[in-house]
Amino acid sequence: MSTATDDRVVRRVAHVMGMPISLALRGRHAGDLEAHSAWAEAMAALKDVDRVFSTYRKDSFVSRLDRGALDVVDCPPEVAEVLALGERARRESGGAFDVRRSGRLDPSGVVKGWAVERAARPLRHHLDDTDFCLSAGGDMVCHVADPARDPWRIGIEDPHDPTRVVAVVPVRDGAVATSGLAHRGGHVVDARTGRVPEALASVTVVAADLVTADIDATAAFALGAEGPGWLAQRPGRTGVVVHADGAIQVVGERSHAGERGQ
Amino acid sequence: MVNPTMNRLSRNLTWLLSTLTVVVLLFGYKTSTGGGSLSADSSAVSSAGTAPISGSSSGSSGSSGLSSDPSSSPSASSGSSSGSSSSAASTVTGDVAQTRWGPVQVAVSVASGKVTDVQVVEYPSDNPRDAEINSYALPILIKETISAQSANIDMVSGATVTSGGYIQSLQSALDQAGV
Repeated sequence: MSTATDDRVVRRVAHVMGMPISLALRGRHAGDLEAHSAWAEAMAALKDVDRVFSTYRKDSFVSRLDRGALDVVDCPPEVAEVLALGERARRESGGAFDVRRSGRLDPSGVVKGWAVERAARPLRHHLDDTDFCLSAGGDMVCHVADPARDPWRIGIEDPHDPTRVVAVVPVRDGAVATSGLAHRGGHVVDARTGRVPEALASVTVVAADLVTADIDATAAFALGAEGPGWLAQRPGRTGVVVHADGAIQVVGERSHAGERGQ
Repeated sequence: MVNPTMNRLSRNLTWLLSTLTVVVLLFGYKTSTGGGSLSADSSAVSSAGTAPISGSSSGSSGSSGLSSDPSSSPSASSGSSSGSSSSAASTVTGDVAQTRWGPVQVAVSVASGKVTDVQVVEYPSDNPRDAEINSYALPILIKETISAQSANIDMVSGATVTSGGYIQSLQSALDQAGV
């Protein structure tokens, strides 16, 4: 609870991949040149990902792959990596999450978390004694270098009123992702039925890394009424589910902590 | 060495179970105030079975304690940690439990037999010693949705924010406030 003297938060914002990228830094390098170059490196990483994976760019590897103009082996190895993540998500969600839908390849649901984790690397490795929280359009990776410092406080947006928050999650090292319809109607579809899920307003997942958090949030949201139960069985996750009727539910069990208890 | 540890563990377990009752009440309350079609009873039970707090030291035994708890009625708040709630408005603050993951304390306000507020006074993630365990922690529900300013938050997690929608977003306000 104590407020450290170096708690000043320095923020940066940029727009990449059609999303606002927000960075909050505290600690030794928060405001210096090293932070500036790590931020530039992070943004460059996101732009690289966009060039390879964007479904909006006709010349991206993924677009060409989708058209059949390329084979996976002709793409950078990251493409196979992301497709493997998508396949894992499809299996684990019972098909509700699928990077291939109606004959189209759209790995966006996997790419985002994966890309932000990559973009966070320069922050993690080049900025010693510095805490960061890197958010891409509401999904974020958090890191606190010194455990004596306060955790980042992540507000969970109220999907029915985006000017307000329904919960706060304190996070030192981990990721937070939210899936819902609040800002982009019909963005998530249950791949099994092709329909927009209606039972839930949003699903937020807190996990060790953003790939996991992002996939699980999207899958749980797509699963609709089955989502909270599915999420509860996933190890090492916690989450907040806001139902369409406004009811709020906390989901998840930190099973790794429980095992450690013995 | 062994005995004190076991004693402490079992005390913590007992405390946690009583706390979990309070947490169930919170969920039941949240669910029932959420309005709409979900019945308060079934929702409370289902969220209880998956309550992340049970992931603390009590693990699965915490969960089973919860699901066997007929807690869906908010007026059952006598199960709270201090057990001294009355029909008049009152706030019951549980003792601080020194769990393996740090101190946990919950305060519950009760008025006319209904839980009107629940505050997590202390939670384990504030204890730096076990930061690795608490690298990602329990979401803390807020009784009534509140503005970002009052919540004292650093970032906002929400459904995909596009650059177009960013201008009106909470995150935008935070970013501007911080520069």
